[in-house]
Amino acid sequence: MAKAKVNGVEVEFDPGMTVLQVAELAGEEIPRFCYHERLSIAGNCRMCLVEVKPGPPKPQASCALPAAEGQEIFTNTPMVKKAREGVMEFLLINHPLDCPICDQGGECDLQDQSVAYGKGASRYDENKRAVEEKNLGPTIKTFMTRCIQCTRCVRFTTEVAGVTEMGMISRGENAEITSYLEQSVSSELSGNVNDLCPVGALTHRPWSFNYRPWELTKTETIDVHDAVGAHIRIDNRGPAVLRALPRLKEEINEEWLTDKSRYAVDGLSRQRLDKPYVRKAGKLVAVSWDEALGTVAGKIKATDASKIGAIAGDLVDAEAMKATKDLFYSMGVTNLDCRQEGAKVGPVTQSTPREAWLFNTGIAGLEEADAILLIGTDLRHEASLINARIRKSWLKGAVQVAVIGEANDLTYDYAHVGVGTKALKDLKKHAFRDVLKNAKKPAILVGSNAISGADGAAVLKEIALISDDYDVVREGWNGFNIVHTAASRVAGLDLGFVPVGEAKDAAAMLTGGVELLVLLGADEINTSGLDNTFVVYIGSHGDAGAAAADVILPGAAYTEKSGIYTNLEGRVQIAERCVFPKGEAKEDWAIIRALSGYVGHTLPYDSLNALREKLITDHPVFGRIDVKPTAKAFDVKAIGTKGEVTDKLFVSHITDFYLTNPIARASTAMAECSAARKAPLSVAAE
Amino acid sequence: MAQTGILQDKDRIFTNLYGLQDWGLEGAKKRGAWNSTKDILSCGRDWIITNMKNSGMRGRGGAGFNTGLKWSFMPKEVKDRPHYLVVNADESEPGTCKDREIMRHDPQLLIEGCLIASFAMQAHACYIYLRGEYVQERERMEAAVKQAYEAKLIGKNNIHGWDFDVYIHHGAGAYICGEETALLESLEGKKGQPRLKPPFPAGSGLYGCPTTVNNVESIAAVGTILRRGAEWFTSFGAPNNAGTKLFCISGHVERPCNIEEAMSIPFRQLIEAHCGGIRGGWGNLKAVIPGGSSVPMITAEQCEDLPMDFDSLRNLKSGLGTAAVIVMDKSTDLIRAIARLSYFYKHESCGQCTPCREGTGWMWRVMERMVKGDADPAEIDTLLEVTTQVEGHTICALGDAAAWPIQGLIRHFRHEIEDRITLYRSSKSNFAGHSVAAE
Amino acid sequence: MSVRRLAKEQPASFTFSAETLEKANWWIAKYPESRRQSAVIPILWLVQKQEGWVSEPAITAIAKLLAMPQIRVFEVATFYTMFMLEPVGSAALIQVCGTTPCMLRGSDALMHVCKSKIGAKDKLSADGKFTWQEVECLGACTNAPMAQINDYYYEDLTPENLAQIIDDFAAGKSPKPGPYNGRHTSEPLGGVTSLTDPALYDGSAAKPVKIPNFPAPEVKA
Repeated sequence: MAKAKVNGVEVEFDPGMTVLQVAELAGEEIPRFCYHERLSIAGNCRMCLVEVKPGPPKPQASCALPAAEGQEIFTNTPMVKKAREGVMEFLLINHPLDCPICDQGGECDLQDQSVAYGKGASRYDENKRAVEEKNLGPTIKTFMTRCIQCTRCVRFTTEVAGVTEMGMISRGENAEITSYLEQSVSSELSGNVNDLCPVGALTHRPWSFNYRPWELTKTETIDVHDAVGAHIRIDNRGPAVLRALPRLKEEINEEWLTDKSRYAVDGLSRQRLDKPYVRKAGKLVAVSWDEALGTVAGKIKATDASKIGAIAGDLVDAEAMKATKDLFYSMGVTNLDCRQEGAKVGPVTQSTPREAWLFNTGIAGLEEADAILLIGTDLRHEASLINARIRKSWLKGAVQVAVIGEANDLTYDYAHVGVGTKALKDLKKHAFRDVLKNAKKPAILVGSNAISGADGAAVLKEIALISDDYDVVREGWNGFNIVHTAASRVAGLDLGFVPVGEAKDAAAMLTGGVELLVLLGADEINTSGLDNTFVVYIGSHGDAGAAAADVILPGAAYTEKSGIYTNLEGRVQIAERCVFPKGEAKEDWAIIRALSGYVGHTLPYDSLNALREKLITDHPVFGRIDVKPTAKAFDVKAIGTKGEVTDKLFVSHITDFYLTNPIARASTAMAECSAARKAPLSVAAE
Repeated sequence: MAQTGILQDKDRIFTNLYGLQDWGLEGAKKRGAWNSTKDILSCGRDWIITNMKNSGMRGRGGAGFNTGLKWSFMPKEVKDRPHYLVVNADESEPGTCKDREIMRHDPQLLIEGCLIASFAMQAHACYIYLRGEYVQERERMEAAVKQAYEAKLIGKNNIHGWDFDVYIHHGAGAYICGEETALLESLEGKKGQPRLKPPFPAGSGLYGCPTTVNNVESIAAVGTILRRGAEWFTSFGAPNNAGTKLFCISGHVERPCNIEEAMSIPFRQLIEAHCGGIRGGWGNLKAVIPGGSSVPMITAEQCEDLPMDFDSLRNLKSGLGTAAVIVMDKSTDLIRAIARLSYFYKHESCGQCTPCREGTGWMWRVMERMVKGDADPAEIDTLLEVTTQVEGHTICALGDAAAWPIQGLIRHFRHEIEDRITLYRSSKSNFAGHSVAAE
Repeated sequence: MSVRRLAKEQPASFTFSAETLEKANWWIAKYPESRRQSAVIPILWLVQKQEGWVSEPAITAIAKLLAMPQIRVFEVATFYTMFMLEPVGSAALIQVCGTTPCMLRGSDALMHVCKSKIGAKDKLSADGKFTWQEVECLGACTNAPMAQINDYYYEDLTPENLAQIIDDFAAGKSPKPGPYNGRHTSEPLGGVTSLTDPALYDGSAAKPVKIPNFPAPEVKA
C-alpha cells in the first residue's frame, strides 16, 4: 500500500489507482462528467481538476493522473475552486436553458454540479450554439444542443456494447456526436447510453416527456426478462410502471441493463388479463372468480389424474410453481414441466446434483475464464450481460472463445468450430482443442438450442463427456455452465417442476397427451395440438396461452407481486411488489391456493410467508437469498443420458430478441426496436 | 563568450536553404550530408545521446526541450515492442515555414538525422509526418528517400549496418496534429486528438510502442552537429540557448525571408541584416510576435537589443517558439491581427476538452466585437479572465496557445482596445439603449 | 468552419480506380499489417484525387478496404479540413491563406479578387470550374500572401497575379507554382544575404572528417 495526502489527511491506496480514486477513498467528492469507472479514461471534460504536489503549478485532471507515493492532493484550494468554476462556465455557455422541458431535469449531473461547483451566473453574451438532432434509433432520444461532448456514449458503445457505430464528427466547437448516417445503434444494450449521458442530450426515447423523476415511486427489485436476474429499480406513478432502471450489482449486471429489461415495461399496461374468463360457445366470456374456479375444479374432478398436466412458463415465480406442484401431487398428478422449450436439462433422479443445471462459474466468475466454448447458445441475445462480460475479458486479451452453433456477431472474435452436433466430434481435430487443453480455467457454456429435442439428453451427455475430457470441472474451478433464458427456469428445476418417471413432458402434454392442461404463464408454446385439450391459462397477458384457453385466471406480472426468482447461477432473489395487480387479477400462488379449496385438496398454507416456509423446508436451497452457490466439484460426466445423437444444427429458439415473452410482445417500445433492428441491418449488410 | 553576431557561411547547417543548389543525393553529399555517418554510428548509442545533450540543442518545434535528453527517455533495451522515431513535419504554426525548406531543399540532411537518431534510440523504423498541404515537399521527400534507399544509405542491409526504414506519412489539414500525441493518433489513422499524458510517448507512443517525436529542424541538424562537435554548436548563442537556428521572418519587413542565424542574435540585427529592415524604417515598428502565433506579442520598445533566444524572450513573458518572427508596423490593426489568430485557434481546436472547445469560440467572438469596438470596456477584463480559464486547463497546449496572443495584446495594447470601444460608442447616437441590451 | 457534413446529393456507388488501388496498397504496406487503419488519411486523399471530393460511398469503400468501422472513417473525413465533402471546381480549388502573417501582407485583397471573379466563398462557381476558400496558415509565411491552388503553392501574390492565374486556369492552362515576385524561394527579395561562400559547394565538405570527441577505444566497446 502506498500513501498520499488528500487535503492534508493521509490515505493508503493501492498502486495503480488514479488521483481521483484516491481522493474518493479519502471521502472527497470529485465532480466529473466524462469519467466513468467502467469506461476508458477520456480526460476531456476537465471537471475533475485538482491541485497536486509535486507537480506543475496548474490544476491536473485527477481522473487520468496516476496517484503516487507521497503525493499531496488538494480538492479545496482556491485554484481548484476557480478551475471548476471555469470549466462549469464553459460547459454552460453553449448549453440551452431548457431544464424545465428536459427529461433529464431533476437527475442531471450538469444541473447538480453547476449548483455545487458553478458560479451561478454567466458572462457569455454571444449567440449559443444549436446542434441538429440525430436519429440514433428507437431507444435513444436526442437533443444534441445539450451535448457536452463527454463521449461516454461513444466509449460505451465501442467498448462495452461492442458496436462501433457512434462517434464524434467534425471538430472544435462544431464537434457532434452521431452514428454513421444516423443509423440506429444496433446494440441490445443501447439504453445504457441514456443512463450514462450526464446531461439531457441522450434520453430514453420510449419514456420521453412521460414523467418528472421526482413524481415517481421507486422500488428496488429483480428483472425477469432473462435468466440473468439483473437488479433493477422500478419507477411507477400510481398504477403505471413508467420505467425500469439498472441498480448497481457487481456480481450480476454491474450497472447495465438490456433494452428489453428496460423498455418492455410499457407492456405491463397493455394486453392485460384483468378478469377471469370462461369459454362459452367458442367465445371467452368474462365471469366471476367463483364461476371460473368452479369450472376448472369441476373439470379437474372429472378428469383422471394421469390425464392432467401443467406447464410453467418463463416469468413464473417459484411460489406459484411450488403451490401448483403441491396441489397436483396431492391429487396424484405428476405431469409437470417447466421447460416449455424442451431443453433436456434438470433433475433426472433425486440425486442429480444441482450443478447439472446451473451456470456454475458465475457471471462475475466468468471473467476469470481463459478459454470459453459456447455450445448452442446465441449468448448475445440469450444472456446479453454475460456476453458483455466475455467481451470485457476478451478486450483485455484474457480469454479465447470458440463457438459451436450459429455464427452470430457476438461482439468479440471467436473460433467457429461448427454449427451443430457434428462439431462436437470435430472439436478434437480443431485448433481450439489445444486452447481448451492448456487453459487454466476453461469454461463451457451450453445453451438450450443444443440440448432441446428428442436427442437433447444424448447431446448433453456428449457435452458432459467433452467437459470431462478437458477437466472443465476441477479443483477450485467449475467451468460447466447451462445458459438458461427464462427467469423462472432454475427455480422450477430446483423445486422439481419436472416429469418424473412415466410422467409426460411438455412436448407430450402439448400434443394431446393430457385432457386438461394448466398453462402457468406458458406462452412460448405451439398451441396447435391442444384442440382436444381443456386449457386453463393462469397469467398476466393475453398472449398465445390465453388465446388457446378455455378458462383464464388472471395473474400478476413481476412488478405486481413479491416473488422468488432464482437466476441461472442458482442465486435466489426476491422481486418486490411495486404496484398492485390489474383489475381483478390476483397473485398466482393465491389463485392456486383458491383453486385447491374448490377441488377439495386445500393447500396447507394461506399466506405467502407460510408458502415460503414450506418451500424452504422442502427445498432448502431457497433459504439462501442472494447468494451464489459456491462451486462444488461434481461428476460432470454423469450428466445427460447416453443415446443416439442425430446430425443437426443448433438453431437459436430466440428469433427476435425484443419479443421473447408476453410482456415484451405487448410493448410498443419493443415492437419499434424489433422493427428498427430488421430495417437498418439490411442496409448495413451491403 | 559565445558568438552571437552574423553567422559565417561555413557555420551554417542548411547550406541549400533556398534551393539554389541541387537537392538530390549527389548535391547533398557534396555539401557534406552523409559524410562519415558510419563513423558517427560507430561511436555508439550512448555517445550519440551524450553528445547531443552536450550540444545543448533545444527542440526546434517550439517547446525548446533538450533533444538529447528527450532521446535518453527511451527504454535502454528493446523488449517486446519495437521503438519508433517519428519526425514532426506538420509545420502549421502560423508564421513558421522553415521545415518546408529543409524538406524540399536539404532532404538528405533530414534522412541522415533520422538514421542517427533512430540508431541512438534503437528504432528500425521512422515515420515522417508531413502536413497534408505540403504536397510538393512530400513528393520531394519521397524522391529523396528513394535515392537514399537506392544508395543503400538506409533500408535493410545498408552500408551503415543498422537496418532502417523511413516512411513518409501525411496529414490532411489539422494544426493540432503538430502536437506530438495528436500526431501519433493521426498516424494511427484516427482523429488528431491529443492523448492524456502520462503515459508519455517514450513509454507508449506509436501503436503503443516506445516512440520519440522530434521536429524536422532538430533531426536535420543532428548529422552536422555530431560531425562538427557539440562544442562547435554550443559556440553559438547565449548559454542554455545554443546553436544556430532557422528564423522565418514575415509580416511588415522590407524583404521577408527564411534565414539561418546564430541563436541569440539581436532582433534589430536580424531584421536589418537579412530583411532590409522594418517597412517604413525602424521607427515604424509597432509590435512583434517573436515565435509563431502562439506566443504573446512584444512591443517595439522591447525589441531593439533583444537577443532572439529562448530565455530572453521568456523573460519578456513571450517565447522563441519556432522562431517565426511576425513583424507588425504602425499601420497594423493589432486587434484584428490577434482576432484573426483567435479565429485560427477556434478553427483548429480539436473539440476534445471543454475549456478549449468552448473557450476558443468565446474568445474569438469577443475579439471580433472588439475589432469593431462593439464591447464594454469591462469586457476586456472578462476576456482576460476567460483566457486564464482556458490556459493550463486543457489536455494539450492549444488552449495555452489560444490564450497567450490575447493576453499579449491586452498586456501591451489595452489602450488600443479601449480607444476602439470609445470610438465605436461615439459613433452611436443611441448608445445608452445598446448598453442596456448588452447586459 | 461550420459543421462538416456529407453532401446531400451522393453518387450511387464508388469504385477505386486501378491506379488508386495500387497506390492505396502501397500506402497500406508502409504500416505494420495489423495497423492498416494508419493509411486512412492517405487513402482518403487518393480518393479525393480520383473523384475530386469524398463521397459517402467512398467512405464506405475505404472502411471496407481498411477493415475499419464506417463511423471511424467518417470521423476522420470530417475532422481534417482538406477533405472536400462536396464537389469542387473542375479547373481549380483555390485556397487562400487568411491567417495573420498573410493577412498582414494583403490576403484580404486576394480574397476580394476571388470573390469578384468566382463568387461566394466555399461555393462551387456557377460554371462549376472554381471553388475558393479561405484556409488557415499554409506554412509559407515568408512568401505571403499566398494560396494553394489544387496541389501547389502560389506565393508572393498580388491581386493582379492572382487574377491572371485564375484566368489561366479558366483557359485550361497550368500556371506555374512558386513565388510571383521574381524570387526563387524564400530568400530575401533582390538577392541572398547568406550562403554565398563558394567553399560550401566545391565538394570540400564531402572530404573525410575526423569526428570530434571520438570515443577512446576502450569506451567504445
